[in-house]
Amino acid sequence: MSTPRPLTLIVNGEPRALQVEPRTTLLDALRERLDLTGTKKGCDHGQCGACTLHVDGERVLACLTLAQQAEGRRITTIEGLAGPDGTLHAVQKAFLAEDAFQCGYCTPGQIMSAVACIREGHAGSAAEIREFMAGNLCRCGAYPHIVAAVQRAARALEQETLA
Amino acid sequence: MMDFSYARPADLAAAGAALAAGGMALGGGTGLLDLAKLGVARPVAVVDLTRLPGLDAIQVSETEARIGALVKMSRLAAHPAMRAALPAVGQALLASASPQIRNMATIGGNLLQRTRCAYFRDAAVGSCNRRNPGSGCAAVGGVTRGHALLGVSPHCIATHPGDLAVALVAFDAVVETWSPNGQRLLSVHDFFLLPGATPGQEFALAPGEIVTGLRIPLAPVARQARYVKLRDRASYEFAAASLAAGMSLGVDGRIADLRLALGGVATIPWRARSVEAALIGEHPTPAAIAAAAALAMREAEPQPDNRHKLALVPALIERTLTDMVGEPA
Repeated sequence: MSTPRPLTLIVNGEPRALQVEPRTTLLDALRERLDLTGTKKGCDHGQCGACTLHVDGERVLACLTLAQQAEGRRITTIEGLAGPDGTLHAVQKAFLAEDAFQCGYCTPGQIMSAVACIREGHAGSAAEIREFMAGNLCRCGAYPHIVAAVQRAARALEQETLA
Repeated sequence: MMDFSYARPADLAAAGAALAAGGMALGGGTGLLDLAKLGVARPVAVVDLTRLPGLDAIQVSETEARIGALVKMSRLAAHPAMRAALPAVGQALLASASPQIRNMATIGGNLLQRTRCAYFRDAAVGSCNRRNPGSGCAAVGGVTRGHALLGVSPHCIATHPGDLAVALVAFDAVVETWSPNGQRLLSVHDFFLLPGATPGQEFALAPGEIVTGLRIPLAPVARQARYVKLRDRASYEFAAASLAAGMSLGVDGRIADLRLALGGVATIPWRARSVEAALIGEHPTPAAIAAAAALAMREAEPQPDNRHKLALVPALIERTLTDMVGEPA
């Protein structure tokens, strides 16, 4: 076994020191070592999107990222999305309002993906949302409500920006 | 996933040495880590190239685009000057993978992606000449709906899965590499190797040689180009068949230049030169287009499950060229 190496990850604004084997993925480091289990392991092969989080503000898949690759990058997980006082992010509120989940397992990945989708400017229409949320599978089939939630959140964030 | 060491070399010389010593190159990780978890790639040493300096620029001049190997797919897809100069590249990229994967995967890694052949990707399958030279090919006689019809050999019928590479082959891109011997420029036509008797050799790279970038000539025909991808699902799926197409008409209304390349049906990104030759100098009439499109699969060697592509590909070419004549860019 390769020797675990010391590593500092910046997770939700806080530096977190840990020791990981080189083969440890960012997903396993977060879930198994830092007890941040909001980021889900679905397929573990980059096909389902359940492990979506943000690295330096961009949505990526934690299951196909080595923890070592994320060294020095800003990592945001679902646990870091709400405000310091617990106020939910507009996308979280919209998922609740639109009932955009059934079992909820894909939801953290859907929400992290949706935050980025809106920020990228890819939430202009239902068709555009479907295309740019295609990397997040929902086996319960909550897709119509997910699209509605992304549209609702996009409107809310636009109004926030205007206000 | 098997155990491996991890290194993050600071420059090309160190990276080249680590790769020449048997290391495997890590870009975005979307290919290598997936295959390592499957036990198909068996890295002992992983060499992370993503923090090498100077390989993440996009430069577009009147005549040429230069793209660093570490540019992410999403960034190239969104680049305004690239979208104007060669829209087929952005269209091919946006038709690839998912937004998350496009934020991770590098252009260099995209060129080096491996086939999606299910027999290649299943380490429990003993017979795969690509994975295990000389072991045979489980795909021949297997389930072959997604397998290649062009460029096949008795030893391998695995389909090249790329989209970007199809556009690069249509527009005669050049791959830039670095090795201790210096920089090398090789045509994308020479970069991808037909399986022949050695399917395990997929790219014309020497051990330790590193893809550092791409150069794409910006011919006038490139501005009119498009990429059309047919899939079993609307999105996030590999091509059943895809086409990069560029066409320019002369003042006499005849086709002056035509570039056609196919994805999803061949062992390497496939230039459809017979179709091009039949149409260049001709008026793009429906009859001429249909007759030329029918040539695309004349050399095809279908398998029992992929014969539908003998009709699918000509239909794709015919429809795309007809659209381009009707609505010039």
